[in-house]
Formats: sequence, structure tokens, C-alpha cells
Amino acid sequence: MALVFAGICSHGPGITGRAERADPALRDPFYAALDSLRADIEASGAEALVVIAAEHFANFFMDNMPAFAMGMGEEYEGPIEDPDWLKIPRTTIPGAPDLSQRMISEMMQTVDLAYAQEWKMDHGIMVPLHFLTPKMDLPIIPANINCQGPPLTPLSRAYAFGQALRRACDAVPEKIAVMGTGGISHWPATPNSGKINEAWDREFLRRWCENDKDALLSYTDEDTLRDAGQGGFEIRTLISIAGLCEGATGHIRFAEPIPIFSTMCVAATMDVS
Amino acid sequence: MSLYQVQKLLYQLNRDTATQARFKTDVDSVLSDYKLTDDEKNWLRNGDVGELYIHGVNGQILMHYAAFIGQEWDEYIQAMKDGLTKHGQVRDGIYRAVDGGDGGAI
Repeated sequence: MALVFAGICSHGPGITGRAERADPALRDPFYAALDSLRADIEASGAEALVVIAAEHFANFFMDNMPAFAMGMGEEYEGPIEDPDWLKIPRTTIPGAPDLSQRMISEMMQTVDLAYAQEWKMDHGIMVPLHFLTPKMDLPIIPANINCQGPPLTPLSRAYAFGQALRRACDAVPEKIAVMGTGGISHWPATPNSGKINEAWDREFLRRWCENDKDALLSYTDEDTLRDAGQGGFEIRTLISIAGLCEGATGHIRFAEPIPIFSTMCVAATMDVS
Repeated sequence: MSLYQVQKLLYQLNRDTATQARFKTDVDSVLSDYKLTDDEKNWLRNGDVGELYIHGVNGQILMHYAAFIGQEWDEYIQAMKDGLTKHGQVRDGIYRAVDGGDGGAI
């Protein structure tokens, strides 16, 4: 049928794994915003959820690193992390292989896309799913943009990936929801973990909400590394949602730094019509 | 430093429960699958997060290894800080370029 929902959210492992250490005055409204995304996805009647992630070496390594990949499996498993550490039980997540194959075929017209019938999900997908489909019963199509192992996928290609995904959504009869998940500025899993450049993040979110393509694509990796840390490379996933909803407006539901979660925590939607 | 080999071992260890079981019962058999220096083998045997960090292992790989060997979050962060204090700045990998070339300095 079409794209019925588009949004973005953060995915840091601390969001679930270190929940008890966060200030409830920030944590609880963030959780509520994520739950509002869940409610909207359910209300949209979505039959599958595409999650555009920035996975952290769970499936793809520098021996064969795709710029883009999408899942085409019957089912997936996750998290790869110790479930007690992430505080998300290890489980099986349903896929949508036939739908995946049709969408990937369409996207391949313009994007060189790897596909995978096996996919182990790390916190980059499991944390969003924990909030967005807590029963883990909505068919998921994982997607990945290389945000971790340089040379990274160019920002312009991430935007084009979103445009191709939109074309694929419009070409299938199913109702599709899409979430992009990545950090803005952060220095995750380093001694600087918890450092957040709030001004940089708010400027990025302003550009994202306005779907200002030129401004979104003007960041260089050198500048991002300096100003937003290596975690800032994950803006590719958020930019892909801007491409998915080209010309549409974004709406922030929550955007506040929560240092123990190692990132500016965001929940937002973008208009799909 | 065979950064690629160290990271590849940790990548497999982080995602594969069979490798995790073998690492716990026969660590040397896992280490022998990769082209590692003696120092690297010792860091991996001993869970020396500080050495692995300053030699360039990506935190997104190292974080999962730290959890696997039972380090709490604060211990993990402190181990990297201690590595910087004891051994100096990060020499390889993506963090070498962080913070104006100071390589992960706080």
C-alpha cells in the first residue's frame, strides 16, 4: 500500500541496560515518547517495520563490509549482547522474507544493496524494538548503513537509500512503517562516553525537521568526528529517513541529553504524506 | 599490533555463542585461529581492556568483550582511562584521530 509511518529514535545500550541510573525526570518522558511512537505504529496498521540501523559489528566486519544491507530472513535473533547486560531477553524476531525480497528488488534499481537471510541483532535494533514492538511480534526488516568501519557510506548515498526505500514502500501492497535509529553526537564506549554536544545535536535536528537536504548533506566526516564524536557518524540513519520523506517535516517528541545513556535521546516522527 | 586480527577475533567472540564457550574452556585454541602477537594474546587472555583500547580496538567491539568478561560499565570506562594514563594515547584505529589527534583523551 504505502509508507504509513516514519520516525527516528536513539538506541544506546544504556537506555535499557543502565535504566536505573538515569534521572527519572528525563528517563520517564523519554520512555513515554518512545511508547507514543509504538502507539502510532500500531495505529497505522503497519504490517512490517523496517529498521534502518547503524549496527556495531554484529553481522558486518571489515572482511566484507557493505555500504547498505537489508534482511531477507524468515526470522532473526537478538540481542547478541549478554541479555543481563542489555536487560533485553534473547529472542527470535519474525521477518518478512517475501516482502523483503520484493522491496530489495525494487531498491536495487538505484542502490547497490547487499541482502542477508541471516542477521543477528545488536542493541542498535533490539533497544528500539524493545519499546516499539515489545511483544516482538511485528515482522521486522532490518537494514544497515555502514556508520562504523571507514570508509563510510557517503551521506548523499544514505539520503538516496531513503528515497529508494520510499519507492519500494510505494510499490508494495503492504503497509510499511520505517524507523531510523542512530545517535547524534556521542562518543560511545570510550572514556568520553557521556559527552554530548547538545548545540551540534539541536542544529542537526533543526536541519532534519526542516528536511533541509543541502544542509543535512553538508557535514564532512572530519567535522563530525571532531564535533560529534565517532558516534556522530550514525547521522546516516537519520538522514535516510529525511530521504524517505523527502520534502516533509519532522516533529520532535523528545530530545534531551541523558549522559548515562551516552547520547542525546531522541524520539521523533516525519510526515509521510 | 595486528588490529584487524584482534578486532576480528573479538567480532566473532561477541556474536557467536560457540566461540564464547570455547574462549572460556580453551582460550588458546581461539587465539590460535588468528595471527596475533604474544602481547595481543596476553591482553586477550587477561582481559586487559586498557591495552586493547590504546592499541585501537573500536569501543563498539571492546564494550561487548568487556561485558563478556564480566566488567561492569564503570569498570570498563575506568579500564580505558587507566590505559590512557599508564600507556599514553591511542595509537591506532578510529580513535587515533579523535580530539584533535590526541586519540581519545578526556
